Amino acid sequence: MSAPIKETAPAPAGRTVAKVPVRPGDRRGEGVVLNVFSHGFLALWALLIVLPLLWLVLSSFKTDTQIGGSALGWPENWTLDVFGRAWDKGIGDYFLNTVIVLVFSVPLTMLFGSMAAYVLARYRFRGNRLLYYFFVAGAMFPVFLALVPLFFMVKRLDMLNTYQGLILVYIAYSMPFTVFFMHAFFRTLPTAVFEAAILDGASHTRTFFQVMLPMAKPGLISVGIFNTLGQWNQFILPTVLMQPQSGDDPERYVLTQGLIQLQQQQGYASDLPVLFAGVTIAMIPMLVVYLSFQRQVQAGLTSATLK
Amino acid sequence: MRKGQYRFVAGFLLVPVALYVVFVIWPYIQTFGYSLTDWKGQSQTFRFVGLDNYRKLFQDDVFIEAIGHNILFLVLIPVITILLALFFAFMLNAGGRGRAGGVQGVAGARFYKVLYFFPQVLSLAILAVLFNAVYRSDGGGLLNGFLIKLGLVDADKPVEWLNEPNMVLWALLLVVVWHGVGFYLVLFSAAMQSIPRDIYEAALIDGASRNQSFFRITLPLLWDSVQTAWVYLGIVAMDMFVLVSSMTQNMGAYGGGPDHHSDVMSTVMMRNFLYYGKSGYACAMGVVMLLLTLVLSVVTLRATRRERIEF
Repeated sequence: MSAPIKETAPAPAGRTVAKVPVRPGDRRGEGVVLNVFSHGFLALWALLIVLPLLWLVLSSFKTDTQIGGSALGWPENWTLDVFGRAWDKGIGDYFLNTVIVLVFSVPLTMLFGSMAAYVLARYRFRGNRLLYYFFVAGAMFPVFLALVPLFFMVKRLDMLNTYQGLILVYIAYSMPFTVFFMHAFFRTLPTAVFEAAILDGASHTRTFFQVMLPMAKPGLISVGIFNTLGQWNQFILPTVLMQPQSGDDPERYVLTQGLIQLQQQQGYASDLPVLFAGVTIAMIPMLVVYLSFQRQVQAGLTSATLK
Repeated sequence: MRKGQYRFVAGFLLVPVALYVVFVIWPYIQTFGYSLTDWKGQSQTFRFVGLDNYRKLFQDDVFIEAIGHNILFLVLIPVITILLALFFAFMLNAGGRGRAGGVQGVAGARFYKVLYFFPQVLSLAILAVLFNAVYRSDGGGLLNGFLIKLGLVDADKPVEWLNEPNMVLWALLLVVVWHGVGFYLVLFSAAMQSIPRDIYEAALIDGASRNQSFFRITLPLLWDSVQTAWVYLGIVAMDMFVLVSSMTQNMGAYGGGPDHHSDVMSTVMMRNFLYYGKSGYACAMGVVMLLLTLVLSVVTLRATRRERIEF
């Protein structure tokens, strides 16, 4: 647990290997056979990943009758109308709701998580260990254990179907992992810098925000990515907490919830292209973020798991 | 410790601890209490009924069947995902041309990794919509469309993947595997690359073949990652709420069909809680889920315990 954070960014091996020249004079055929064999399998799996996704995106350009016909038909309805319709049918609102929640919940999760982790990692006081385990233990229990009382807790606070309710709950449920990871990270930071800052007369609070937090940036990025993805994709908490409470209470569905909602509606309304367009819209930001930060995302998620 | 420092520590801990207690710890504790009542949720009045809910639970065929499905997932999801991920990680890291015996990565390994990992960043809700379309029960579904084209399925009698009692669990399983393999592949791949190369070189000098070096060196040194993967996949198998509730026929609410053949604990619990309004009973289910999760973690850690190899 106290092991130093390993940068799990793909080791250089992956890159150098790609440039190894083909050796025609290879004595044994084993390498070549295995090579063909492995490329075959790898390509097959790649196809299995890409094909359904691509097919779904293409299907948004079909008409409803075409979708009901043969799956392998080529789309003919090459207009972007359908995306506009999907946006108006709710995807736009769902998108906005998710963004509003995450704009607050992710930074606050990182702030509060780091604050708790920092104090627990670098200050000695009675009950420190206990408090640490208290935080980390939360990661072991399934969310379902808390759902029923959580619903009534949020109800009592009059925060059902409100942004602030969901934001607070997201922060609370991201705490165990964030504290756990950042705790390990703060422990690895050198003590000397901390002491220097204190000697220079900086207060503890200032030392944290201006010295220690900037030094913890790699850790913050990893956990930040992990939390963003986790909260963006969260389904069960909004399903329980974000239902309109009365007739005039507006819908504040987040994206995941909204997509499932749309699936039910469009099934009845026989307008599946809208649904597929909605999914396509929902996939685009993930694709963009993933492709631009691909290395950090992979490193962030996997190193997070290995802790 | 100086007084100012205490104030600082307390100030930093105040908000995180408060949030955590109110929304996480306190509900966890309350669940145990509520599970002993006949609370219906709407009114604040409820009676203490002792272990009645638990007694009912074990006579509830739907819930018992759901536990069975969770256990099936618990065994199959980790085994299939880990084996596939290991296989592909091996192919990526050792499938390349190169000196025989020398472990050599395949060309384009980075490209494959980027691609395989992508499903992991998609939400399960997106996967549910995607695979609902793939599994459509007529020629418009990708799977049926393909099989009809290949002549393996009769166009007039396409397979109802999600409506066949003995097919639905496999259909769901496939989605989870499709989603997870890329992630664990990257995880194992990173672990494989952190193994020092001189170990392989030593093996090569000793005349080990490529397969030998994989099974005798790579795999044992990877054991920690496999163990972690097992625990995480176990947690996935205990959940399954999103996929079941949005891909299968509704048994009142939250999926589970046909005829409860795909119900899992989480969907049964949510149905009892939000659809039937049996809050106390749902809490008892939550407690059972916790116990099973704890048993699972202990068993996994015990069963996969090996001597730790430092390198």
